[in-house]
Amino acid sequence: MTMLQTSLSALAAQLAAGQISSRELARQYLDRIAALNPAINAFITVDAEKTLAEAAAADALIAAGRGGPLTGVPVAHKDIFCTDGWLTTCGSKMLSNFVAPYDAHVIQRFKAAGMPSLGKTNMDEFAMGSSNETSHFGAVKNPWDTARVPGGSSGGAAACVAARMAPAATGTDTGGSIRQPAALCGITGLKPTYGLVSRYGMIAFASSLDQAGPMAPSAEDCALLLNVMTGFDPNDSTSLERDKEDYTRDLDRPLAGLRIGLPKEFFAEGLNSDVAAAVEAAVAELKKLGATTVEISLANSQLAIPVYYVLAPAEASSNLSRFDGVRYGYRAPEYADLNDMYSKTRAQGFGAEVKRRILIGAYVLSHGYYDAYYLQAQKIRRLIADDFAAAFKACDVILGPTAPGTAFTLGEKSDDPVEMYLNDLYTIPANLAGLPGMSLPCGFDSKGLPIGLQLVGDYFSEAKMLNVAHQYQRVTDWHARAPEGLR
Amino acid sequence: MKWETVIGLEVHTQLATRSKIFSGSSTAFGAAPNTQASAVDIALPGVLPVLNRGAVECAIKFGLAIGATLNRVNVFDRKNYFYPDLPKGYQISQLAKPIVEGGTLTIIVPSTGSGQSEERVIHLTRAHMEEDAGKSLHEDFHGMTGIDLNRAGTPLLEIVSEPEMRSSAEAVAYARALHSLVTWIGICDGNMQEGSFRVDANVSVRPLGQAEFGTRREIKNLNSFRFLQQAIDYEVRWQIETLEDGGRIEQATVLFDPDSGETRMMRSKEEAHDYRYFPDPDLLPVRLDDAWIERVKSTLPELPAAMQARFQNDYGVSAYDAAVLTGSRALADYFEAAAKACGQGKLAANWVMGELSAALNKAELDIARSPVSAAQLGALIARIQDGTLSGKLAKQVFEGLWEGAGEVDAIIEARGLKQMSDSGELEKIVDEVLAANAKSVEEFRAGKEKAFNALVGQVMKASRGKANPAQVNELLKARLQ
Repeated sequence: MTMLQTSLSALAAQLAAGQISSRELARQYLDRIAALNPAINAFITVDAEKTLAEAAAADALIAAGRGGPLTGVPVAHKDIFCTDGWLTTCGSKMLSNFVAPYDAHVIQRFKAAGMPSLGKTNMDEFAMGSSNETSHFGAVKNPWDTARVPGGSSGGAAACVAARMAPAATGTDTGGSIRQPAALCGITGLKPTYGLVSRYGMIAFASSLDQAGPMAPSAEDCALLLNVMTGFDPNDSTSLERDKEDYTRDLDRPLAGLRIGLPKEFFAEGLNSDVAAAVEAAVAELKKLGATTVEISLANSQLAIPVYYVLAPAEASSNLSRFDGVRYGYRAPEYADLNDMYSKTRAQGFGAEVKRRILIGAYVLSHGYYDAYYLQAQKIRRLIADDFAAAFKACDVILGPTAPGTAFTLGEKSDDPVEMYLNDLYTIPANLAGLPGMSLPCGFDSKGLPIGLQLVGDYFSEAKMLNVAHQYQRVTDWHARAPEGLR
Repeated sequence: MKWETVIGLEVHTQLATRSKIFSGSSTAFGAAPNTQASAVDIALPGVLPVLNRGAVECAIKFGLAIGATLNRVNVFDRKNYFYPDLPKGYQISQLAKPIVEGGTLTIIVPSTGSGQSEERVIHLTRAHMEEDAGKSLHEDFHGMTGIDLNRAGTPLLEIVSEPEMRSSAEAVAYARALHSLVTWIGICDGNMQEGSFRVDANVSVRPLGQAEFGTRREIKNLNSFRFLQQAIDYEVRWQIETLEDGGRIEQATVLFDPDSGETRMMRSKEEAHDYRYFPDPDLLPVRLDDAWIERVKSTLPELPAAMQARFQNDYGVSAYDAAVLTGSRALADYFEAAAKACGQGKLAANWVMGELSAALNKAELDIARSPVSAAQLGALIARIQDGTLSGKLAKQVFEGLWEGAGEVDAIIEARGLKQMSDSGELEKIVDEVLAANAKSVEEFRAGKEKAFNALVGQVMKASRGKANPAQVNELLKARLQ
C-alpha cells in the first residue's frame, strides 16, 4: 500500500521512469475502491473498463515520450462534471439516468493531461449541503469515523482522497464545498479565484459563486492539479483571459516577512475549542517560519450566511429550472397534463434540501420582494468584498479555521438546516467576494478527528497561498496522516 | 360618445446573424427539427451562453438609425417561466438595462379618402436583445406535443414604441416603416411568413379628450400588416361596444384568429406570470465603447430619411414620392440607378412608381427580381426625353423589355415604334384626316372644342400611334385657323 501514500509528483516520476504503469496504478486504486467503497460510499459510478482504457492511453503517451507532468496519474471527479459517456448525476434522482454526451472543460483538461478518471464521486444533491447527506445515492461516511459525515458538498471527493481510494480528486465550491469537506476529512483543498477554472460542463448551482478546484493530500499536489485545471475557456463568459501560471513556482519560497491577517470575527464565539487551539498552534508554527500576524476585521462577514442564503438559492432556483422532465433526466411515470408532469417530475426528482432552496430562491426573486432581498443582498456582498480589499492592505494572506467544528455524526444536523448552514460561516465570505481560499490539515481534536486551517488570499494569489501551505506542510505531517483503520 | 384609440406596438425582429445569440448553431430557417440545436440550445446540464457580438452590432445599428441612446453598459436578465419549448426554464432577455432607449421613427400615414397623406413622428421606448424560444408542434403527433428547438436561441431585437398611434392605419404605417428600416439597415430579413418580424399590439380606447389611458389588451403575434389592421379594427370595435354596453375592459393578452377575424382571450392579468427577472450571472454586462460604436456606424448605409431629403433635392421628386421610393433599399437603389441613367428624376420616379410597380405587383415580383433593369428603364426614359418615343410608345417598349425582347433601341427598331419625326409625312396624314372628316372640321369651326380632340385621335390612329401628339396638335391648329 505504500504506493497509495505517495505524492502526485512521486507518482508521476515513477510513471515517467517506467517503474509502474498507469494501468497498474489505476488497478491498485480500483481494487482499493472495490474494497472500501461499500463502507465509505464515496463513489456513485466506477467503471473499471473505462478507467483502464484511459490508463492504457496514458501509458501509450508516456511510452511515446509525449507525457505531461502528471500523465498516467489517475484522479476522481465529482459527479457534478459532465463526463462524456459516464453517468453524471449531480447526486440527484433527477439526473439518475443522465449519461452526459459531452465533457466539461475541467474533464477535457484532465483528459488532455493524460490523467485517467477513477470514477465519479458522491456529493450533496446539486452541491446543496454541508454533510453529503442530501445525496440521492446515500450519505458518504467519513473515513476517520464512519459514523460521521465527511462534510459537503464535495464529500465523496474528500472521503476518497482521505481513504486513499484516489490520489487526488476534483471538487467544486459554492460556499465552502471544497474547503469544509477537506477540513473534515483531513486533506488539502483549494477554491481558486472566481473565473480561473471554467464552469463549462459543471452543473450549475449558483453561477456567480461556483468554482471548481483540486482536492489532494498536500498543497504541492493541489498546485500541480491547479496547473491542469485552470485556463481561459471561450465557452464560459465568466472565464478569465490571463496568462497561464505555474502554481508550483513559489512553493519553496521562505515565509520570512509574510504578514498573516487574523480576522477577529473568525475567532469569536461558536468556535470549537479544539479547533481554536489547533489553529493557534498553526499560527505559532508559521511565526517560527518567519511570518508575522496582524489582527484584521471582516465586520460584514457576519452577514455572509444570510446574504448567501438569498443569492445562492435565487440563482439555483433559475439554474435548476431546466430539470423539467422534458428533454432528459427523470420524468414522473404518470401525470395528467403538462403542469402535472412538471409538478410530479420535480416533486419526485428533487430532494428536500434542493426543494427548500428552490422555494427560497423563487421567493426572494418574486415581484415585490426582489428589492428587499436580492438587491439588498447584492449590496452587502459588495461590502463583504470591500472588507477583504481593506484587509489585504494590511496582510498578505488571511488565516482562520475552515469550519467551526470537526466532523459531526450522521443525522446530527440534518433536521436543522440553519445549524447545518452555520458550518459554512467561515468559508462563504470568500465565495461572495470571489477570492481564493484553501483548507489544509492542522491537527486533530480530542476525538481524533481532523481539523482544517483556512487561508484566504487576494485575487490570483493562489501561488502565494500554496507557498504558505507547502512551507507549513514541510514542518508538519498532519496532511500525511491517513485514517488508521483503513490503512 | 366619441372614442379615441390608443395603440403601442412591440415588434420582435429576428436579427440576421448566421449563428444564434448564445451558441454557434445556425439560424437558417426550415431545417429538419432539432438539427440546429446544440448542447447549449437544448440546455444540457452544465452548458453556458456566450454572447454573439454580431447580434449586439445589429442592435447598435438600429439604435443609431433611430437616433436613440445606446446604453454603454447594458445587462442580460433571466425571465423565468416553464414551457416545453423553453429549454432552460428561462429566457435570456434585457429588462432593466436594455441596449437601446428612446429614438424616433417618421411614418407616412396614407390619406383616407380625399385627404392628404400625413407625416408623423413616433417615439420609441426601447429596444432590447433576447433569445427566441423553440416551437411546440401540437398537430403532428397524436396525443403528444413535439418540440423543435431549431429556433431556440435565435437572436431577437424587441422594439417597443410609445403608445402614440391613434388608428390601425397609423399602426400599420409604423409597422411598415419599422419593417422598411430594419431590412434597410440589414439587421433583419423582414420575412414575415417565417416569423422574422412579429408584431404585438397593445390596444385601448378612451373617451376623446380624456387624459388617462383606457385599460389595454395585448394582441399577440401578428405576422402580416393586413392581420395587424384587421386585429386592431376588430379589437377597437369590440372594446367600444363593450364599454358602450356598460361593460369593463380587463387587462388581458389575446390572440387574433384570421379565419374568424376576431380576437380571443389567451390569458387574463390574474394568470400573468411572475417572471422573477434577475441579472443573468452567466453573462457579463455588455459594454459598448466609442470605438465599437464608430466601427458599426461606418458600416451603416445611407438611411431612408437622409435619402428622402437627397431625392427631393437632387431629383426634384415630391416628399411623398421620396418616401414611397425609399420604401425599401432595393427600390431606392433601383430608382436612383434609373434616374442617373436618364438624368430625369421626376420621370424616373413616375415610371418606377407607375408602370414598373404595377407590372411587378401584377406578376407578384419583388423589385430585386424585376425583369426590366434600372439601366434599361433609364434608357427608355431617355428615349422619351429626346422625343424618339411618345409616352404611349414607351409603354409598348416597356412591354418588350419586360418580355426580354432585347434592349430599348433594338425593340424600337424591331417593332417600328419610333415616333414619327418627318413632318412631311405627318402633314400628309393630317391633310388626309381633315379631308376625310369634314363633319368634325365643320363642328370645330362652329365652336365645338371636342371635335378637335376627335381629329387628333384620328391622326394618331392613322399614324398607328407613332405621331408626336404635340406636333399633331400644332399642325391641326395651323391647318384649321
